[in-house]
Amino acid sequence: MVTAVTNFGRSGLYDWLMQRVTGVVLLCYFGFIGAVLVTHPDISYSEWRSTFEPTWVRIFSVAALLSLAVHAWIGLWSVLTDYVTPRMLGDKANLLRGLATLACAITLFTYLVWGIQIIWGS
Amino acid sequence: MCITVKDNRPVNLDMTTIRLPLPALVSILTRASGIFIFVGMAVLIYALDASLASEASFNELKQSLNSPLSKFVMWAIVSGLIYHAVAGVKHMLGEVGVGESLEGGILASKITMIGSIVLILMAGMWIW
Repeated sequence: MVTAVTNFGRSGLYDWLMQRVTGVVLLCYFGFIGAVLVTHPDISYSEWRSTFEPTWVRIFSVAALLSLAVHAWIGLWSVLTDYVTPRMLGDKANLLRGLATLACAITLFTYLVWGIQIIWGS
Repeated sequence: MCITVKDNRPVNLDMTTIRLPLPALVSILTRASGIFIFVGMAVLIYALDASLASEASFNELKQSLNSPLSKFVMWAIVSGLIYHAVAGVKHMLGEVGVGESLEGGILASKITMIGSIVLILMAGMWIW
């Protein structure tokens, strides 16, 4: 038996729970951003900027960024391990999946650090 | 992936022979929209960066979001988010027993589809 090494929490049940927790966080965050945009048509720069000033919004934003990284990791891992397999694609599948997993990791890490820089750096 | 037992068992993964009833379509579209959002997130984070960096970049972004192409791109990403969110809520409701029977699942899938389409059209009207 091979123990999964590329899933998020080394346990399917843990990943299952995290996918739901992070999904709810993301739903709340996009709901919040959507509500700001819908209630402020033609929002000005100062209004938009002040939306991201309060500490709680920054904490909420970083929670959403972390949730995005975890949620996308679990989701993409599920998709890759379901479809990019030797059964579906033949001998090269494992190498291909490894490379795709690496690309996902680099992209998500970049999103996370870039996002934190935007939220806390300005 | 390691293949441990019964390596010779029959497997049908010929996609063209697999029927896709509505609940299955809702499910696979959740995955597809998830992959789409993963890519689209680069655009959203870029836009967030431009919107907060300075007043000049904010105005520049606002200006460029007036073009039909960028409106369409934004609408596509927002549509992916809306669908993924609605289908995600449906999925979690199913796990607590809401709409998990055969009839209930089909009804929940119809509601997911129609609800997403309505919200996506509303988002489109709001963007244009």
